Amino acid sequence: MIQLAQVVKTYQAGLATPFTAVDGVSLDIPAGKLTVLKGPSGSGKTTLLTLIGCMARPTSGRIHLHGLPAGTLLQLAEGDSLEITSLPERFLTAIRRRTFGFIFQQFNLVRGISVLENVMLPTYPTGEDRRFVEARAIERLEGLGLSRHLHASVDRLSGGEAQRVAIARALINDPAVVIADEPTAHLDSRLSEEFMDLMGQFKAAGRTLLIASHDPIVYGSPLADAVVEMRDGRIVAGP
Amino acid sequence: MRPPVQRYRNILDFALSSLLRRKGRNLALICVYTLVVFVLASLVFFVQALKREARELLVHAPDMVVQRMVAGRHDPMPAAQAEAIRAIRGVEEVQPRLWGYYYDPVYGGNLTLMATSDTALAADSVWIGQGVARTMRVQEGDMISLRGYAGLPTLFTVQKVLPEASELVSSDLILMSPRDVRSLFNLPEGLATDLAVTAGNPRELPTIAAKIVERFPDTRPILKSEILRTYEAIFDWRGGLMVVVFASAVLSFIIFAWDKATGLSAEERKEIGILKSIGWESADVLLLKFWEGAVVSLTAFLGGVLLAYAHVFFFSATLFEHALKGWSVLFPRYRLVPALDGYQLTVLFFLTVLPYTAATLVPIWRAATVDPDAAMRS
Repeated sequence: MIQLAQVVKTYQAGLATPFTAVDGVSLDIPAGKLTVLKGPSGSGKTTLLTLIGCMARPTSGRIHLHGLPAGTLLQLAEGDSLEITSLPERFLTAIRRRTFGFIFQQFNLVRGISVLENVMLPTYPTGEDRRFVEARAIERLEGLGLSRHLHASVDRLSGGEAQRVAIARALINDPAVVIADEPTAHLDSRLSEEFMDLMGQFKAAGRTLLIASHDPIVYGSPLADAVVEMRDGRIVAGP
Repeated sequence: MRPPVQRYRNILDFALSSLLRRKGRNLALICVYTLVVFVLASLVFFVQALKREARELLVHAPDMVVQRMVAGRHDPMPAAQAEAIRAIRGVEEVQPRLWGYYYDPVYGGNLTLMATSDTALAADSVWIGQGVARTMRVQEGDMISLRGYAGLPTLFTVQKVLPEASELVSSDLILMSPRDVRSLFNLPEGLATDLAVTAGNPRELPTIAAKIVERFPDTRPILKSEILRTYEAIFDWRGGLMVVVFASAVLSFIIFAWDKATGLSAEERKEIGILKSIGWESADVLLLKFWEGAVVSLTAFLGGVLLAYAHVFFFSATLFEHALKGWSVLFPRYRLVPALDGYQLTVLFFLTVLPYTAATLVPIWRAATVDPDAAMRS
């Protein structure tokens, strides 16, 4: 489970034009469930995802992660808990790498390299044997119906294919939590439904899912266990 | 493979693939970089090789040359003084030498005429350097004409063309018998151009020189070490002159490299953000960019050094010879002995590779140490 207590994120704090993107958010995100953050653009959904996913530190407040995998730099035992907001970058990176898989709105694939290499990228700094990583990446891509495109450049993929590559990359380190930011923004209805089907499979596999979206296909999906509505950096309706 | 080693390998592989992705820009950078290293390395190799060559050739030169000075200018000296100098303790041998300069108005070149007592040289014959043979377009057996002091031409048979190996010092040389030198320059018997002095112990040379000046105040002793120092100073000066000439090219490269190195494109910045968001640490990103910079600079360094090596030692520094070998009409043509000096290579390495690699890391470090979400939003 992920617990947030009075989390605030202010950009340009101390400067003439500070901007508070997340303002005192407290939230419990249960493990193995699909939680949707809903709200208009600028409501703070993406910022909240980056704080939970250890990509940025909150200005104030606390974020607790429970049930972490064993073997991180902090030598945690399986299922240990951790307050992450005060950790140095190195530890945040280790947690991010092992715990979270990110699916971005713009997919954020590295242009000019192959589908397979994009999927393998997160594992490069781990020093894991390339043969095992490649086998795992191929398995993930085949599972997502991309076996034809293994060696194609990502620049040549359609929107739906690019997103599935991004999903394969998010899953390469077998994360417990999958975070997706507006995943259906660039997909038509059919592809959006397909995406939700995949999320259903991940949920069935026991992964925790956290999706920020203002697409009714996502927040209206029967798969969503909780919908948290945000506006102006605050939670206005939620579980 | 152990994880740390595999980590380095993975990141190096990705660095290479990143370089290939931007191959147009990187190739242009490597070409310009290689050119700069090539120019600098050529100059360093060439100047050092010339200095080494001069040192080796002067091994057989006399330890000291004594000249007579009249009104501050070099003047023929009485050959009889050789006996008095030979009597100085420590002097092993004194040899009067006959030589002079000859301006050839037809070819516009200055030649050095020197007497040799080598008995292999026949009467009315000369041995000539490669440069003389090239300029006058003559070979062994041909005749050459030299105008004497009275303006009358004298014919000499070319008995031998001196070997190429000695061309650095013999290119403009004509060797003839003492009698022919005297008759050509109207030098009376009993006078020599200078005296070549050999000492038993080279350490005693400064003392011997002092004694010569004390005994013959109108003489000027010139030590071999002084000649060597003069050569080295000339080659260094010429090398420095070339550096100044190429300074604008080097400066252009520095501006180009600095611009490339310090300015991160929006795409590169975003890529760093992506890498950090998918689990790369700042140290991983820095390592990646370090590899990229190292591959570019090492490729350029190796390419530049190899090209310079071939240019200097296989093609006799064709591009710089006019500036570095001399300003005479008779350019010596010779092949320098290939040799590499670890010190020179290290200096070149530190002057070219390190500044570039360091310059690339500063902006990367700035981009890599921000939070991944900030790097992606920028």
